[in-house]
Amino acid sequence: MTDDEFAAYHSLSEETEDHRWAFGTGFTDPLEGIDASVPDSVDAAALAAYCLMLGDDALVYSHRLQQWMTRMPELEEETALANIALDLLGQARMLLARAGRAEGARLADGNGRDEDELAFFRDEHEFRNVRLVEALDADFAELAGRLLIFSAWRLALFGRLAESADPVLAAIAAKGVKELAYHRDYAAQWVIRLGDGTPLSHGKMQAALGIIWPLVDELFQADPVTAALPGVAADPADVRAAVDAVLEEVLAAATLDRPGGVPMARVAGQSGRDGVHTEAFGYLLAELQSVARAHPGATW
Amino acid sequence: MVTAAGGYGISGERADLDTARQIAAAVPDPELPMLTVADLGILRDVAAEEGRLVVTITPTYSGCPALREIAHDLRHRLSRAGFAEVTVRTALAPAWSSDWITAEGRRKLRAAGLAPPHPAPDRIGPVPLTLTAPRREPVECPQCGSRDTTQTAAFGATACKALYRCKACREPFEYVKEI
Repeated sequence: MTDDEFAAYHSLSEETEDHRWAFGTGFTDPLEGIDASVPDSVDAAALAAYCLMLGDDALVYSHRLQQWMTRMPELEEETALANIALDLLGQARMLLARAGRAEGARLADGNGRDEDELAFFRDEHEFRNVRLVEALDADFAELAGRLLIFSAWRLALFGRLAESADPVLAAIAAKGVKELAYHRDYAAQWVIRLGDGTPLSHGKMQAALGIIWPLVDELFQADPVTAALPGVAADPADVRAAVDAVLEEVLAAATLDRPGGVPMARVAGQSGRDGVHTEAFGYLLAELQSVARAHPGATW
Repeated sequence: MVTAAGGYGISGERADLDTARQIAAAVPDPELPMLTVADLGILRDVAAEEGRLVVTITPTYSGCPALREIAHDLRHRLSRAGFAEVTVRTALAPAWSSDWITAEGRRKLRAAGLAPPHPAPDRIGPVPLTLTAPRREPVECPQCGSRDTTQTAAFGATACKALYRCKACREPFEYVKEI
């Protein structure tokens, strides 16, 4: 390689105003230089709340996937999961940044919260992610099952959102579709391999689905934020049939039964989208936010 | 045009813009350093706007950590060449496709031992599942040219690559994924 090919790394050691300390650091607004104005026809407050929902799903789930690092059965699976977690983190950053901009559209100074304030300085009840992404997977089968359900659902939603009346949300979704298609295929192939594998792997995969399935219903529940954004948000009820069809196809190929069971109860009619979470979420969030809260004002 | 300060003025004059384009196009991608940003198809536009030079790039993947480095490198090289006011913009739409890798880019990938991507799937409507081994055309080994190759992992060291092994020459290699 020539020196030129390492230019991006050489510049790290140069004296500049730039405060990067390693490759990929020196984070700036992920939507820098993008026209962030909210179209007149779109309710900015609802758009902010909606982007927060989708951004929190990706942020929290990415963190759970990152916790698998060094614990995967093979190096190849480790790099696969790291890449999936990175894609979701990228989606989360753009969605949180979009939420902050939309929030700012209503404020006098035009500045909403930035991605770090939203990720690290909100409390548990202010997060709007679904409860599916909160639990620590007990084993690899649970990881594969949860990733399949999450990515099948999110891919279907993003497919609709690529046509959103908010051009920024539409662009984030169109990009996400390509990534989520790979995530879903990866998870589906593992569910099939385990389900159609040995009696032991089949039993573990079936048991894992039984644990996750009570959280599936919540993914398709109506919420007031989505209802306030016709043409902008994607109604999860509209993608249920498509997601069910995908899951049926995978389960059939994997010789697995679709679990029955009762959906996880809402609490006083509320669940993840209302800020009501499971116990596991508090511990996850404490870890996710610990560095930022220990060093207020730190930059990365 | 060379200004009194000794730098290039961004007056929108063709010569200035052509120079800026050449400099921007030569910036290497940090993850695939054998390719320039132009080869990779992530350099979308170089234009003059009210006396500023505006360079537009697009990320390959949502979480791509290289985008920030590329923006830094662009600003650095252009300012060194005398372009005082440089803005680097990110364009999210249309989303990057591996189809945008140029013929020259594909040649460079092959020369560096990486298999270039097949055409990206035409995605209109729901994305079909790929349940068994990928249904794509066999990937040609960049070392020996054999088409008797197998995927060992769907994801490689970076989001844009998958891992393959050639059954003929037994060499492992990376495949730039179609997306």
